[in-house]
Amino acid sequence: MASEQQLPVVKGARVLMVGAGGIGCELLKTLALSGFEDIHIVDMDTIEVSNLNRQFLFRQHHVGQSKAKVARDAVLKFRPHISITPHHANVKSPEFNVDFFKQFNVVLNGLDNLDARRHVNRLCLAAEVPLVESGTTGFLGQVTVHVKGKTECYECQPKPAPKTYPVCTITSTPSKFVHCIVWAKELLFAKLFGDKNQDNDLNARSSHSDSSTDPIEDIFERRLDEDPEQYGRKIYDHVFGYNIESALANKETWKNRNMPKPIYSRDVLLNKTDSSVVSAMTSLGLKNSQEIWSLVDNTRVFLESLKLFMRKGKRYIHDIGNLVFDKDDQLAVEFVTAAANIRASSFGIPPHSLFEAKGIAGNIVHAVATTNAIIAGLIVIEAIKVLQNDARNYRMTYCVEHPLRKMLLMPVEPFERSKSCYVCSETALLLEVNIHKTKLKDFIEKIVKRKLGMNCPMVMQGSTLIYEEGDDLEDDVFAQLPAPITSGTILMVEDLQQELSCNINVKHRDVFDEEKEHDQMVLTGWTPAPPAEDGVGATNGGEAAADVREPDEVATAPERSAVVVGNKRKLSEISADSSVQRENENDGVSCKEMPAEVVDDGEDDLVMLDDGAWEVGKKPRSSLQ
Amino acid sequence: MEAGDGEEELTAQETAVYDRQIRVWGVDAQKRLSKSHVLVSRITGAAVEFCKNVVLAGVGSVTLMDDRTVTEDAIQANFLIPPDENKWKAPLRNSAVIQRVQPNGDLADFEEEFFDKFDVIVVSSCSLANKKKINNRCRRRPKRTAFYTIDCRGSCGEIFTDLQDYTYGQKYPSFEEAISLSWRSLPKKVAKLFFALRVIENFEQSAGRKHGEISMSDLPDVLTLQKQLCEAQCSGTFACSRCSKHPPVCAILGGILGQEVIKGISGKGDPVKNFFFFDTTDGKGIIEDISAAD
Repeated sequence: MASEQQLPVVKGARVLMVGAGGIGCELLKTLALSGFEDIHIVDMDTIEVSNLNRQFLFRQHHVGQSKAKVARDAVLKFRPHISITPHHANVKSPEFNVDFFKQFNVVLNGLDNLDARRHVNRLCLAAEVPLVESGTTGFLGQVTVHVKGKTECYECQPKPAPKTYPVCTITSTPSKFVHCIVWAKELLFAKLFGDKNQDNDLNARSSHSDSSTDPIEDIFERRLDEDPEQYGRKIYDHVFGYNIESALANKETWKNRNMPKPIYSRDVLLNKTDSSVVSAMTSLGLKNSQEIWSLVDNTRVFLESLKLFMRKGKRYIHDIGNLVFDKDDQLAVEFVTAAANIRASSFGIPPHSLFEAKGIAGNIVHAVATTNAIIAGLIVIEAIKVLQNDARNYRMTYCVEHPLRKMLLMPVEPFERSKSCYVCSETALLLEVNIHKTKLKDFIEKIVKRKLGMNCPMVMQGSTLIYEEGDDLEDDVFAQLPAPITSGTILMVEDLQQELSCNINVKHRDVFDEEKEHDQMVLTGWTPAPPAEDGVGATNGGEAAADVREPDEVATAPERSAVVVGNKRKLSEISADSSVQRENENDGVSCKEMPAEVVDDGEDDLVMLDDGAWEVGKKPRSSLQ
Repeated sequence: MEAGDGEEELTAQETAVYDRQIRVWGVDAQKRLSKSHVLVSRITGAAVEFCKNVVLAGVGSVTLMDDRTVTEDAIQANFLIPPDENKWKAPLRNSAVIQRVQPNGDLADFEEEFFDKFDVIVVSSCSLANKKKINNRCRRRPKRTAFYTIDCRGSCGEIFTDLQDYTYGQKYPSFEEAISLSWRSLPKKVAKLFFALRVIENFEQSAGRKHGEISMSDLPDVLTLQKQLCEAQCSGTFACSRCSKHPPVCAILGGILGQEVIKGISGKGDPVKNFFFFDTTDGKGIIEDISAAD
């Protein structure tokens, strides 16, 4: 129970929890024990086996059921008389509009993705409801408080863009295991089992090296009567053998690199394998997912899993052509692991176990119960302060793995809002485009939705409506729209659900850097994270730490927390060892960027341990009412 | 802790359930956890949080003991007891891992051999005298048993850890040794809570009170005692003595202790030496090393 002064405000409060996962389960329990009596939960997810190590309100027999509903039932068992309202739905759906948010005294986030966090931030700003935000990864975590007019909003801090890899690194010159995983997952898997109409760079290299001989498309097309084993070997020999040989023909590429070696299935497998069960591993007698397979085993797993995918009667047969890699699909993980390992072997990159490959491919966030429990406790402490309107005592708190100045839990005073934040300060943005080349379609997708995080946008030029969500988008470029957009045009972009609008000044530019600005659109005036390309910027800590990092960066994340405690902040306290070395992957060949991450991992827990970038140019709040 | 030499593999089910944490601490640590045995004496709000955390982590067994019966207060702080229960059997239904319940008796009165069954002993809501007694008994046994205390007092909390000669050449003092050190010999900036809690403990002992049995009306006596104990060394932090449990603080303490016990069993990470304090007033979670200088 909360203390006597706190009890009335706690009992009378209506609270919205977004997320009933790792943090959510702990939070709901702690809220109920603390005396909260009116709690709403929104979560679109269902329970999975890998949740059971920490989401303690769930049991094995709940797998597949709504998290929000099961969490409610579990808590009502020990607190039967309180009101818990579950919503098994996406928080971005229209029913959760500003009016919905207005009924709450405080919103508590336990989310697993940046997109939803930004959306909730905007609704909280529009509804003027305080937000307590949180995230965890492994032993790290943080809680922050966002109250309109008193502290910064969630989006005042730069949020690093997802990590991407140049396409040519993936298709031709991988140097790390993660490159092989991205290749196996995004290119090969998608090519074989995904949507055939999607652009795919798998053959980028071989097609331009000798384009005359081979009608590439036919290689991946399986003839109706084709034996699955033979088909598998054909694919294998093509992607690991033929394609590598074709690439070797381009001598320029290998001047300063180790040459890859082509691998053909006949050289690896001396005799033909044939067996048939659900998992390729099981059918091949491979049990330990921690083990690193030999090239022979990888080849067998590759062929076997391909065959299992192709076999009639399997559930996959209906989905082939629509499959997207899913980390919870054992067969898909096996296929991607084997393919990545074979490719790694070509390029002299050390192979990895299925367990490790799954972590990389599925972008799996490390998660333990204890950190979530601690973070949930801190959320409730902040929520109670918010309800008491005790603004002087609001704190952001960081939970760290190794004590910093004797502290495992470090409170920091919240920051003032950023004047350049287009979300909570009405700052206009600048968009540089080539008005004769930039399509409205790309502007909507890449800038308005992806960069500005709008869900349901509308674009106006003066009083003319240029775009409304749901409109069909033609390939019209800016200058040729019915109401042409030219240099100097001011666009007003608005999301009615988020009640967010901002002005964008359009400026024409002819030339863009093909590598760094391959979208041919540059948005400025807001605060994107600087790209971590020189190892000095190092600002990719935080959210990216969990969202998009490579596994080998995990260990450095905690060290990068430059947290200053109490009221005093000194730049000297910011740890200097923060650089995330990102090797220079460009080799002079012009490359577009390729997202490293596709799946929004269904896990909770993004951490945003900052690395000091936000210290620069930030001031603590000078006054609080 | 002889476990974890890798002879037994985790089952497929274990691997699936523990996937996310194996990614944090590795398979060997998970195996060691699955062979460890934990005893928890007195099921307070913070102790329940701790139990939940180590059961989730996958320890081999948790044994609960409590000599008290369920009170309204206990139900308020405890999510393992449904409101209509009046016995400690409830936790049994909640987890297959919580295997044994020793409903009666005070751990301090048990035979020393009993302690050998466990790798970890956690006591909560325990009197000063019994903390010393149980801790010293652990240390007398040939087998190394890690000893921890966990207490939430109102909006504050304390964890004490004694891993004896855990590793890294670190020597942990016993609880008795740690609290007997001259306060003047301690570093200047030791958390005030350390002193405040010693005052409270001493008051409870001298007034013949149970753990947490203290109220505002005791303030004058506590202050007198405080004066005697620390002269100018610490200022009044009486707020922390209120016995009502504060669930967020229980969650935080139970989380930290869970992590500490996991570190201790798995051998991964640096365990805290040897006190942890959390105070809602300033929001800090502080580690203090209260031991004699070498």
